[in-house]
Amino acid sequence: MTGANYLTETRGLRSWLFTLDHKRIGVMYLWSTLLAFFLGGVLAMLIRLELITPQKTLMDADTYNKVFTLHGAVMIFLFIIPSIPAALGNFVLPLLLGAKDVAFPRLNLASYYLYVAGAIMALASLVTGGIDTGWTFYTPYSTSTGGAVNLVTLAVFVLGFSSIFTGINFIATTHKLRAPGMNWFRMPLFVWGMYATAIIQILATPVLGITVLLLFLERVFGVGIFDPKLGGDPVLFQHFFWFYSHPAVYIMILPGMAIISEVIPVFSQRPIFGYRAIAFSSVAIAGVSFLVWGHHMFVSGQSVLASAIFSFLTFLVAIPSAVKVFNWVATMYKGSIRLQAPMIYAITFLLLFAIGGLTGLFLGSLATDVHLHDTYFVVAHFHYVMMGGTFIAFLAGLHYWWPKMFGRMYSETAARVAAALVFIGFNATFLSQFVLGSRGMPRRYYNYLPEFQALHVLSTVGSWVLALGLLIVAGYLLASLRRKPEAPPNPWGGMTLEWQTTSPPPTHNFLEQPVVDRGPYDFPPLETEEETVARSA
Amino acid sequence: MSTPQATAESQAHAPFLQHHFHEPVQQAEAAKIGMWLFLVTEILLFGGLFTGYGILRMLHPDAFHHGHTYLDRWLGALNTVVLLVSSFTMAMAVHSARTGERKRLVRFLLATLALAAVFLGVKYVEYSHKFHEGLLPGRFYSHKGDPVPGVHMFFSLYFVMTGLHGLHVVAGMVTIGWLLRRALRGHFSPAYYNPVEIAGLYWHLVDMIWIYLFPLLYLIS
Amino acid sequence: MKAHSAAERAPRTYLAVLSALLVLTVITVVAAGVHFGSAFVNVVIALTIASAKASLVALYFMHLRHERPINAIIFVVGLAMLGIFLMLCFLDTLAREPVEPGLTAQLADWAVRISSRILSAS
Repeated sequence: MTGANYLTETRGLRSWLFTLDHKRIGVMYLWSTLLAFFLGGVLAMLIRLELITPQKTLMDADTYNKVFTLHGAVMIFLFIIPSIPAALGNFVLPLLLGAKDVAFPRLNLASYYLYVAGAIMALASLVTGGIDTGWTFYTPYSTSTGGAVNLVTLAVFVLGFSSIFTGINFIATTHKLRAPGMNWFRMPLFVWGMYATAIIQILATPVLGITVLLLFLERVFGVGIFDPKLGGDPVLFQHFFWFYSHPAVYIMILPGMAIISEVIPVFSQRPIFGYRAIAFSSVAIAGVSFLVWGHHMFVSGQSVLASAIFSFLTFLVAIPSAVKVFNWVATMYKGSIRLQAPMIYAITFLLLFAIGGLTGLFLGSLATDVHLHDTYFVVAHFHYVMMGGTFIAFLAGLHYWWPKMFGRMYSETAARVAAALVFIGFNATFLSQFVLGSRGMPRRYYNYLPEFQALHVLSTVGSWVLALGLLIVAGYLLASLRRKPEAPPNPWGGMTLEWQTTSPPPTHNFLEQPVVDRGPYDFPPLETEEETVARSA
Repeated sequence: MSTPQATAESQAHAPFLQHHFHEPVQQAEAAKIGMWLFLVTEILLFGGLFTGYGILRMLHPDAFHHGHTYLDRWLGALNTVVLLVSSFTMAMAVHSARTGERKRLVRFLLATLALAAVFLGVKYVEYSHKFHEGLLPGRFYSHKGDPVPGVHMFFSLYFVMTGLHGLHVVAGMVTIGWLLRRALRGHFSPAYYNPVEIAGLYWHLVDMIWIYLFPLLYLIS
Repeated sequence: MKAHSAAERAPRTYLAVLSALLVLTVITVVAAGVHFGSAFVNVVIALTIASAKASLVALYFMHLRHERPINAIIFVVGLAMLGIFLMLCFLDTLAREPVEPGLTAQLADWAVRISSRILSAS
C-alpha cells in the first residue's frame, strides 16, 4: 500500500459527511460528544459558581433550575451514553474483532445523524424557553410546566433511536464479523463489555421512547395516563422512566469497565486474571440492571413490598462489580506496571469507582435512603460513578487509543500533570458533597443555609482545579495533532488486533485478514530476576 | 448498494454483497440478527403501553369494561382476519422470492399491500365514528351519559395503542411498496432475497401486536 | 440448503397455519362471551389464545422453527424482559393501591398478605 490511511485516503467535507467507515463515524462522534461535554462542563461551572455563596450569586432560581436541568440532560444523553460506545467503541470494536467494518455501516451513519438531530433539538430548548424539570422529567410537574419540554422529550426520543442503532450494530457485528479463529473466549474484554452494553441499549431504550412519547402526548393531547386528575398514575411514570434510566447507568459504566479491562493487562504486561469471570460479570451486570429500578422510588409512594424487593435486588449488583475490581487488582499483582497516562487513569478509576460503588449501597438500603434521598450525597454518589468512573475510564481509553486513532503521541509529562490535577480537583469537588449531603443539604437548591458554605466553597474551588486539568488534557491532545512524533503501530505493547495494523489504520483496517490463534492477553512471560541481571550486565 | 471497493477481493463478490462481508450467507444472517434485535425494541416499545394498559385497567376495571362496549367487536374481528391473511400473503411473498418466482412475488406483495390498506380503511371508519361520538382520549373526552367514571382512560389507551400500531402499518406499507419497486426491477433472486425476508419479519410483528390488541381492547368481559 | 425440503412444503404449511389462526380467532371471540367465574380467568384465557396465535406466527411465518437459534434467543430474551417489567410494575400497583373489587381482587389480596408476612418476619 501507499501508506494512505483512513484519514488521508479521501479528502473534503463530503467524504466525511457521507462516510460509511466506522472509524470516521467514530471520530465524528468523538468530536461531537466532546463538544457536548464542553457545553455540559460550562453549565456545571456555572452551577458551582452560583453555589459559592448561600444566596443569589449570579443567577436567579428559575435560571438555576434550567441550568442544572440542561447540565444533566446534556451530560447524560449527549455525552456519557454515546461517548464510549459510539465514539471509541465505533472506532475500535471492528478493529478488535479483526473486521473491516461494523455489520450495518449505513445504520451506523444514520445513528450519528440522529444523534446530531437530537442534540440540535435538545440545545434549541436554550432559545425556546429552557426546561426546568430536571433531567428526569417527573410528572405531574413536567406535564404542567411551561418552556421547551415538548422539544426536549422529542429530542430524547430521537437520541434513543441513535443509541438503539449503535446497539444493534455492535451485537450483529460481534456475532457475524469476528476474524477467523476468534472464538467467544478469544474476544478482547472490551468487546464483551460493549456486547453487554448493547443488550441494555436494545432492551431498555424503547421503554424510554414510549415514556417520553406518552409524556409528549400527555402535554399535547391530555391523554392522562400519568395524570391523577384524570385517573392516571404518576408513579407509573417513574416506573417507566427508571426501567430505562437505571439500566442506562450501566450503559454508562459497562463501557468504562470494558476500557479498564483492556488497559490494565497491557500496562501490567500480564494476562488478565479471571477472563471468564470478567466477561460473564459484564453480562450479569446487564441482566441484574433490569431488576433494580425501583430503588429510585423508595420515597415516591411505591409500595413497601416492591421497595423491599428492589432493595434486596440492588445489593446483587455489587457482586459482579466487585468480581471485576478484584480481578483487575489481581491482574496487576506481580505485573510489570508502567505508569503511563492510560494506566494512571485506570488506577484512578479503580479508586473513584470503588467509592462511587460502595456509597451506592447506602442509597440502596431502605432506611438510610430515606435520610439521604435527594441530598448532595446522591449527587456525590452518581458523580463518583459517572464522572469518577465512566469519564475517567473514557480518558483512559482516549489516551490509550489516541495514537491509533490519529497516529500521534502526546506529551506524557503534560498528561501526568493533568491527571494529578483531575484527581485532586475531582475529589475536592465531590468528596465534600458527601459530607454536605449527609448533613442535610438538599440537591437542586440554588441557595442554602450559611453553615454549609465552607464545604460549598471547597467544592467550587475543586471544580476549578478539575477544569484546569481537563483544559490541559485538551491542550496537549490537540497539540499532538499538529506535532510529531508519529505513533508506531503498537506503542504500548498490546496483544489485541488493533495494534497489529498501522497507526492510523488503513481504510479497510487490515491489509490482510488477521487470523487469531491465541487469547487477547497472552503476553510473553516476564523475565525473572536472574534474566534481568543477566541482560543488564 | 455500496460502491464497489478497490480491493482485490471484490472481484469475487456478487454485486449485492457489501465489502465487509465474506459471503452472502454471512450478510443475510447478520441482517436477520439485526432485524430480530429491532423487533425486540418494538416489543418493548409496545410493552410499555401494555404495562400501562394493565395497570390502568386494574385501577378502573368498570370503566374499561364499559368503554369496550363502545367499540364494534365485529369490525375488530374483521381487521384481525385481514391482518392474519396479510401475514399469510407476506409469508408467501418471501417463499416466492426464495424460489425465484418473480410474478408470484409481485402478486403476493400487492395482495399484502391491499390488505394493509383495507385494515387502515376499517380503522378510519372506526376512528371517525368515535370522533363523532366524542369518544376521545383523556382531556378531550366529551361523551355524555356513561354509567361509570373514567371511561376516557380506556379511550386514551385505545387511541395511543391503535394509533401507534396504525403508524407501524403505514411504515410497513411504505416498506412493502419499496420491495415491490425492487421486485419489479428484478433485484431479487434465490441468491439474494434478504430485504423481502426481513421486511416480512417486520410485517409479521405488526400482525402479532394486533393479535394481542384485539382481545385486550375489543373483547373485555 | 438445509431448509430446502421445508421450503417446498412451505405453502401448504402456511395455509394450515392460517386456518389455525382463523379458528383461534373465532374461539377467542366466542370465549369472550362466556363467563368463566371471574373476569381474571377470562383475561387469562384470552391472552393464552393470543399467545398461541403469536407463537404460530413466530414459529412458521417468521421461520423461528427452522432458523439458527440465535434469533429465537433474541426474541425470547426480549419477551422475558417485558415479562419482568410487567410483573414488577403490577406487583407494585397491587401491593400499593386499594384495588376496586372485581378484576384483580384475589391477586391484590394475595400480594398484601405476602407483603405483611415478609415484613412481620423481618
